[in-house]
Amino acid sequence: MAMEKVYTRTTGIVKDMVSGFCPGCMHGTVHKLIGEVADEMGRANDLIRAEGIGCCGLGQKYVTHDSAICLHGRACAAATGIKRNEPDSLVYTYQGDGDLASIGLGETMLAANRGENFTVIFINNGIYGMTGGQMAPTTLLGMKSTTTPNGRIAEEHGYPIHMSEIINQLTAPYYIERTTCADPAGVRKTKSAIRKAFEYQAAGKGFTFVEIVTSCPTNWGLDPISALDFIKEKMLPEYPLGVLRDKGKEE
Amino acid sequence: MARIFMKGCEAIAEAAVRAGCRFFAGYPITPQNEIPEYMARRLPEVGGVFVQGESEIASVNMLYGASSTGTRSMSSSSSTGISLYSEGIAACASARLPAVYVNVMRGGPALGAIQPAQQDYLQATKASGNGGFRMIVQAPSTVQECVDMVYEAFDLAERDDNPVLILADGVLGTMMEPVVLPEMKTDEEVKALKAARRHKSVVGHPAEERVLAEPGSVGTGQEARNIAAAEMYKTWDKDVKVEKFMTDDAEIIMAAYGISARIAKTAVKTLREEGIKAGLIRPVRISPFPYDAFDSLDFGRVKAILDIEMSIPAQMVWDVQYAVKGRCPIHECLRSGGQLMTKEKVLEEARRLAKEVL
Repeated sequence: MAMEKVYTRTTGIVKDMVSGFCPGCMHGTVHKLIGEVADEMGRANDLIRAEGIGCCGLGQKYVTHDSAICLHGRACAAATGIKRNEPDSLVYTYQGDGDLASIGLGETMLAANRGENFTVIFINNGIYGMTGGQMAPTTLLGMKSTTTPNGRIAEEHGYPIHMSEIINQLTAPYYIERTTCADPAGVRKTKSAIRKAFEYQAAGKGFTFVEIVTSCPTNWGLDPISALDFIKEKMLPEYPLGVLRDKGKEE
Repeated sequence: MARIFMKGCEAIAEAAVRAGCRFFAGYPITPQNEIPEYMARRLPEVGGVFVQGESEIASVNMLYGASSTGTRSMSSSSSTGISLYSEGIAACASARLPAVYVNVMRGGPALGAIQPAQQDYLQATKASGNGGFRMIVQAPSTVQECVDMVYEAFDLAERDDNPVLILADGVLGTMMEPVVLPEMKTDEEVKALKAARRHKSVVGHPAEERVLAEPGSVGTGQEARNIAAAEMYKTWDKDVKVEKFMTDDAEIIMAAYGISARIAKTAVKTLREEGIKAGLIRPVRISPFPYDAFDSLDFGRVKAILDIEMSIPAQMVWDVQYAVKGRCPIHECLRSGGQLMTKEKVLEEARRLAKEVL
């Protein structure tokens, strides 16, 4: 009996590369999902990545498609320059919360407002990773970081910022969804959200935004399993999952 | 070729389009607004893209992205806007991307004055961003030179995989002069230019031909990158461009660039009529700087240098001092803050200097 091939290596991921991400980090998972989606769409060679600074910037070592490493917060501006000149490619930015929601807030909002035809993959783990666990705009109230040693205090630091909800205030964006990678069902939903965003982009529909709530066990000071619980118990009540906008369904 | 009457900023924009520029991003700032305005209406006519960025920082990073795809790309701003550009210019220099930038200078630090000046010499030639990179800096003194230098800048940028800066000022940007425009590159030529860079452009490649635009090194490769850039800068000896005007028998040498040089040249002619043997060294490119032009002077005859700039304090004088190496005294003739250099001011300083040293 001939064996049926049920699984093949993802071509969008560098072969036999050992992950340098911390134990329990979800960047590896999301990269794999991007690679799988591109393969399934038959578009692996058309993918262009505009990646942010921080741990996101380590991702270029693991993907096989053309990439532009973008300066702190500027991925949406650089992606604008790339996509406007390569309209037939599939362009996505890959950015963390400090990059996208703090230093790059202006670039993110105005690219969304122009309805730029690319996809933003926003990794929200509520903390700066590579620089060593400083407060992000998405850090939860009470959450300790290296720059909020006594925990984030609303009176002093303000409140966690909800990027999907803010972008949902704009008219141009076409698709906005928040997912998590905290469990297998969440990983599957994340993959289908990325797929939907890429398909809308391929159809020229405009700005698509996928926010993925992930963990940072290292800077949260938790083991990987406890970090999953933290996502479910603390992060998701603040950042509820779901499709905030899908113009494809409205049409 | 037909001569037409054009404003400096618009001539800069049209020259870029003719050179094959098909992407422009910029943010409004006086006195260069006519460049983005012209591009907004002109680029769509030739299948190009204009984006008004939400800020200088966004615009310059759009240019980084556009340039990484191999499309000929340009942006313009003025002084304090160029300060905001510094991160994106450095990114292009570090990633070795060939973008073209235009600075239509105004007068003074930060907001400065919106009127013309030459207050950004050191920023333009020594540190337009962090990390010690360098650029070829073109310093036009007429609208025709603005046109020619912009047209040429795209070729220089692609030759070196490095950004090129055009350092103009508010006079050149806003005045009208007759110009002969260069030939318009055909659509086929523009496509061929982009195609020639495809192997090093972020346009979507199979894994084995993958291209990475990298404004720095995550690993340990940064020193090798710095060395490669430094080696490239060394090849610029051949790119020195200088105009020497009546220097052969001159006893007083004026040093000036851009619009100041044009005024100085007029003053040289008047001084000659008065019997004062004046001459002019004009760096046509201020980077690389024409140090050798000063070495070729006979310092037995040259009694003094008069450095003429629309900047207080003087800035190019640092390079002039380095070139002269103490072989004769250097005097300064300066205006700034939007106050224009005049022929009368140059004549007054030169006559005073002549009495002192001749």
